[in-house]
Amino acid sequence: MSPDDRAPRRPRLGVWKFASCDGCQLTLLDCEDELLAVAGAVDLAYFLEAGAADVTGVFDVSLVEGSITTAHDIERIRQIRAASRTLVTIGACATSGGIQALRNFADVEEYLGIVYATPQFVSTLSTSTGIAEHVPVDFELRGCPISKAQLLEVITAFLHGRRPAVSPHSVCVECKARGNVCVMVAHGTPCLGPVTHAGCNALCPSYHRGCYGCYGPAESPNAPALTAQLRELGVADLDLVRMLRTFNAAAPAFRAESEELTS
Amino acid sequence: MTHRTPASRTLKVDALPRVEGEGAMYVEIRDGAVHDVQLRIYEPPRFFEGFLRGRSYTEPPDITARICGICPVAYQMSACLAIEDACGVTVDERITALRRLIYCGEWIESHALHVYLLHAPDFLGYESAVAMAEDHRAEVQRGLALKKAGNDLIEVVGGRAIHPVNVRVGGFYRAPTRGELAPIAEQLRGARDAALETVAWVAGFEFPDFDHAHELVALREPGGRYPMLGGRLVSDRGLDIAPSEFLVHVVEEHVERSTALHAHLIERGNYLVGPLARYSLNFDRLAPLARDAARSAGLGEVCRNPFRSIIVRAVEIVQACDEALSIIAEYAPPDPPATPAPARAGTGAGWSEAPRGTLWHRYQLDTSGTILDAKIVPPTSQNQATIEHDLFHLVEHLIDADDDELRRRCEQAIRNYDPCISCATHFLDMRVERS
Repeated sequence: MSPDDRAPRRPRLGVWKFASCDGCQLTLLDCEDELLAVAGAVDLAYFLEAGAADVTGVFDVSLVEGSITTAHDIERIRQIRAASRTLVTIGACATSGGIQALRNFADVEEYLGIVYATPQFVSTLSTSTGIAEHVPVDFELRGCPISKAQLLEVITAFLHGRRPAVSPHSVCVECKARGNVCVMVAHGTPCLGPVTHAGCNALCPSYHRGCYGCYGPAESPNAPALTAQLRELGVADLDLVRMLRTFNAAAPAFRAESEELTS
Repeated sequence: MTHRTPASRTLKVDALPRVEGEGAMYVEIRDGAVHDVQLRIYEPPRFFEGFLRGRSYTEPPDITARICGICPVAYQMSACLAIEDACGVTVDERITALRRLIYCGEWIESHALHVYLLHAPDFLGYESAVAMAEDHRAEVQRGLALKKAGNDLIEVVGGRAIHPVNVRVGGFYRAPTRGELAPIAEQLRGARDAALETVAWVAGFEFPDFDHAHELVALREPGGRYPMLGGRLVSDRGLDIAPSEFLVHVVEEHVERSTALHAHLIERGNYLVGPLARYSLNFDRLAPLARDAARSAGLGEVCRNPFRSIIVRAVEIVQACDEALSIIAEYAPPDPPATPAPARAGTGAGWSEAPRGTLWHRYQLDTSGTILDAKIVPPTSQNQATIEHDLFHLVEHLIDADDDELRRRCEQAIRNYDPCISCATHFLDMRVERS
């Protein structure tokens, strides 16, 4: 028996892409201090951007970036699910359809005509949807883009068979922990922090701007209460709809409130 | 024993590795001659220009950043310049300096990613940087440290490396203090040394003789600076235009194999944007340290061999580290951090030099600042016809090579251009057919 046969098998990791900007999978390559250690601890079997292209066999953990926008995507995500012990979606596109889910509120035929001279060459669905609408998902990591620290926590947790320690509270909690002055109370700056999922460490308020909701809805968000407050600050309904319809426009809590405002 | 390849064959690579986004390659050889070469971009469309209509003029820096996770700063900068043009606003010189600083971070991060993780494995015969790290660990670690320096610079100015939050029309939400920039200056001094070592390292790679005659197109800035933000678009054949004239000279074609649009210069054909063009048209604008590094690496004042683009990228990392250090040395926070840019009806166009080439934006606004029309032409769309042109001639040279060798060299040739497929889709799966 050779030493290699006695060594424990390294878990196989797959990184898969659907409609997206590449930013969330790039977050893994952006773990510059940890990348070679991660590559040593796991078998990076499929990660096309990094040059790994082995689609055969079973994946212990699959990280899925991007949203479902073509009929072929639906087939592909089913195959990936069937080949994966644990499937984790990374980022707003994979979780709620991303910025490209703005088509869900519009006429996709019109979009095709705006962007492409010969629309009949392009095949696309009329909606952009998150992965969980098509296959069971074991964990959804939020953010546009995801946080490096949370990504490393998720990979570590699933490789050790435990749930990731990622809190579902709002950005407000992070602002308080960071000692920020509230931009909405002190400066009247419209902010989605009260309804937005934590994970960015209250980045926008720390740069003197309101949160724009790129991590999607927090656990139990009270969106109607926030929009009432924003109206008092003088934000017009059209601008409220624009605020709710950006990178997580199709997330249920944001979608319901923006549809309420336009009804 | 002689090795024979069939006179007719098809080579297909359905999902190109080590590129940013999804694309494919198709090569068809018939009776010993190249019949067809296609760089296919199949990444599904995301319709940015469609849903920008009806949005506020303040939103494109945040929204268009999401076109690309590798070069979000480029999208933010081109968007700001175009919208400020529409609003008739010129920003304070200190804001321009801070914009150049965050853009230097993106050049360092994107070029280091491409040189070390995507392109170097081609020259040294590895499938990936992870495999390359088993034999060249110190070099890969140097590349990762360089990339980190670029990302850390973007973070300190922009809040985070991917999709920075601090950029707005008119400037920034909050200007970093001199104290916040001090630690990054220390890191950049180390990065500048690592960049010089990178130039020497990649200059030792083997390069095929493969010069092309493509028209070289890049920005030329007033004020003597290496091109990055604004200025005029010039070429080695006399093109010299303002941003508002772009579509007078460039036409985009929609071809069936691609969800990216192919751009051509009207009545002149395909052209080249990116590091080779930028360098060859602006050698006189390089900092002395970068110019000396280029000369010691054996580069002339003009470089037309796309395989040597890896050296030019390394030289541009030196340039970006050096300029970032100069900006930090002279930095005074802009106050206010943004020049007011009230909405007005009109059309504005702007461009900047993304790491992989010129990125053009145009917006039409109504009096309230609502976007009536948006148009974006990314660098990879402009280079796609040129990449196919290179592939065609490369396959002609390698017509007797076996499929593995042909595939390897063609993939390397595509990576010469650092194509960004996420950007170009509104890209790539290689296939070679020999019938």
